[in-house]
Amino acid sequence: MSGGATSLLRVHNEAIRSANPSESSLSSRDMNPPTVISARNLTKAYGDLTAVDNISFDVPAGESFGLLGPNGAGKSTTMKMIGGVSQRTSGALTIMGLDPESHGPEVRAHLGVVPQQDNLDEELRVRENLIVYGRYFGLPLSYLRPKADELLEFAQLTDKANSKVDALSGGMKRRLTIARSLINEPRILLLDEPTTGLDPQARHILWDRLFRLKESGVTLILTTHYMDEAEQLCDRLIVVDKGRIMAEGSPAALIREHSSREVLELRFGSERNATIGVELQGIGERLETLPDRVLIYAHDGEAALEQVTARGLRPMTSLVRRSSLEDVFLRLTGRSLVD
Amino acid sequence: MIRRQLTDQANNPSTTPAPPLRAHSPEVSAARARRWGAFFYAEQVLRVMRNYGWSVVLYSVGQPVAYLFAMGVGLASLVDANSESAFGGVSYLEFVAPALLVSAAVMTASGEFSYPIMDGFKWRRVFYGPHASPLIPQQIASGHIMASSLRFLLQSVVYFVVVALFGASPSPWGWVSAIVATVAALSFGLPLMAYAASITQDKGQFALVQRFVVMPLFLFSGTFFPLDSLPIAVRWIGWISPVWHGTELGRVFTYGMDQDPLLTITHVVFLLATATVGWVLVRRQFVKRMGS
Repeated sequence: MSGGATSLLRVHNEAIRSANPSESSLSSRDMNPPTVISARNLTKAYGDLTAVDNISFDVPAGESFGLLGPNGAGKSTTMKMIGGVSQRTSGALTIMGLDPESHGPEVRAHLGVVPQQDNLDEELRVRENLIVYGRYFGLPLSYLRPKADELLEFAQLTDKANSKVDALSGGMKRRLTIARSLINEPRILLLDEPTTGLDPQARHILWDRLFRLKESGVTLILTTHYMDEAEQLCDRLIVVDKGRIMAEGSPAALIREHSSREVLELRFGSERNATIGVELQGIGERLETLPDRVLIYAHDGEAALEQVTARGLRPMTSLVRRSSLEDVFLRLTGRSLVD
Repeated sequence: MIRRQLTDQANNPSTTPAPPLRAHSPEVSAARARRWGAFFYAEQVLRVMRNYGWSVVLYSVGQPVAYLFAMGVGLASLVDANSESAFGGVSYLEFVAPALLVSAAVMTASGEFSYPIMDGFKWRRVFYGPHASPLIPQQIASGHIMASSLRFLLQSVVYFVVVALFGASPSPWGWVSAIVATVAALSFGLPLMAYAASITQDKGQFALVQRFVVMPLFLFSGTFFPLDSLPIAVRWIGWISPVWHGTELGRVFTYGMDQDPLLTITHVVFLLATATVGWVLVRRQFVKRMGS
C-alpha cells in the first residue's frame, strides 16, 4: 500500500472514530453497528411505470451493501432516492436518521456519490475538479489543497494533477470521480455501477481502492450487474428485478439458497442440446437446457458427469465449476433480454 | 489499522507525522451550503470562465472598438452629414454608442444562458455533479446567474471605457449605462435561461432564438435609428424588447437624453420585472428538472 493511501485510510479511520467516539466501547459490548440507511416500503412510480416497488432494507454502518439487478430493475432510482435527488412516491427512507426529502443538503453532506455517468468538470483540470467539488461542502482551501493531493495519490492520478479531464482514459475518469466523492471524507459512499465500461485492469484497480475504503470503515452502497464485482465487494446484497427484491443475503448464502454447490456445463452441439436434455432428466438437483449448452446443477459435478457418460451420452465438451452468483442472478431474474 | 500506524511510525522515526487533515462535520457542510451555496457554485462557473478568460477579454475590447468604429465613425460620417437634428441634437456616435453597449451585453447573455444550460442538464450534465453535494438546484441556478452577471458587468464596464475614449459619453453619469446593460442582459437572459432549462431534446432551438428573437430585437429596438421612425405596426418589437428599454435608459445616462420621467420609470420597472420573473421561472424549472 502506498504511503498516501495508508495515510488516507488512517485519516478515514480516525475521522470515523472521532465522529463516533462511543464506537470502540460499543463494539465490545454490542456487536450491532448503528443503522445508517433504512428503507421501508420504498416506492417510486413514473406515471404507470413502478420503477421501485415497495422495497425495504437496512444497512448498518461499515457494511458493503449491493443492489444487483438487470437494466431497468430500479437500482439507480433507489440510489437517487438515497442520494436525495429523486423524490419517492411513497414509503419511508432515512439516511443517518434524516429524511432526504426534507433534509436534502444535510443528507448529501454525509454522502460521497459516484454516479453511473461521470459528470466531471471537463473544462477544469484534474486537481481543480477535486478542489471545486470540496468548495460545495464549504471546505476551506487550506484543507482542500493538501487533501486533493492526497486523494490524487490514492486514485493513482498524481502525475495527471494538471491535465485536462478530456485527456484522461475512462478508467482514470472513474478513479477521479471516486476521488472527488471522497473529498468531504464521507462515511457513506454511493457507487452506481462504478466499473461499467472499464477494461479488466481498470476494474481491478478500482476494486482494490474500494476494498481499501471498505476496510477503513466506509459504508459502501453499490449497484452493479457484474456478479464478480458483487462477490468481490459486497458483504450483503439484494437482487432486484422489476423494482422488487427477489432475494437478500450474503453472496455465499444466496448461492447456497438458490443454487447448487457445483454446475456441470455440457455441450452437445446446438442442434442436439434440446433433445439430449430430455435424456438427462434425473441427474443432479436441477437441469437447464439452453440453446448452446445444458447446465446440470449438482452438489458434486464430477459425479453428475459420470452419470451422464454412464447413460451412454458423449458431450463435445464438459466443464465442472463452482456455482456462482451469476447462476443465482439468472435463476431469479430470468434469461430473457432486458432492453 | 493501529498496528499499521505504529509500523509506519517505526519505519520513519525521524519524521514527525503531520497532523491529519480533517474535513469539518457534515452538519457544518450542510449549514455552510445552505447559506453560501449559490456563491460556491458561482465560484465554479468563474473558474471555468477563467479558462477562456483571454477570449472574454479580447471579445470585450475588440467588439466595441470594431462596432463603434464602423457605426459611430464610418456610418456616422454619412448620417451626421444628412440629418443633423434627427437624433435629438447629438452626434450619431453618441446616439448609437449606448445602444451598442446594451446590445452587446444582451448578446453575451443569449450565449451564457442557452447552450451552457443545455450542457448542464443534457450534454455533459455538469449540474448533476454539484447536485450530489449539499447544493440545491436553486443555488446552482443562482450561482450560474451571479457568475454570468459579473461577466456582463465587467464586459459592459470595458465597453463603456471604450465608448468614453471615443468621446461618446459626455454625461458624468455615463458609467451607469454599464449597470443598465447588465440588468438588460438579465432581463433578456433569464427568461431565455428558463426556456433553455425546459428543453430536453436539442432540435436547434437556440439557433432559431438567435435568428428570430435576438437579431430582430437587435435591429428593431431603436438601436440604429429612433423607434418612432419605424411604422407603428412593428414598433411593438421595441416595446417588448429589453434592448430598447435598456438602450433608452442608457441614453439618459450617457448624454442626458430628454425623456419623460414616467417613461424612465417604465424602462426600469420593465427591466427589473422581466429579470425577476425570469429568475423565478429559472428556479422553478431547475427544481422541476432536478428535484429538491
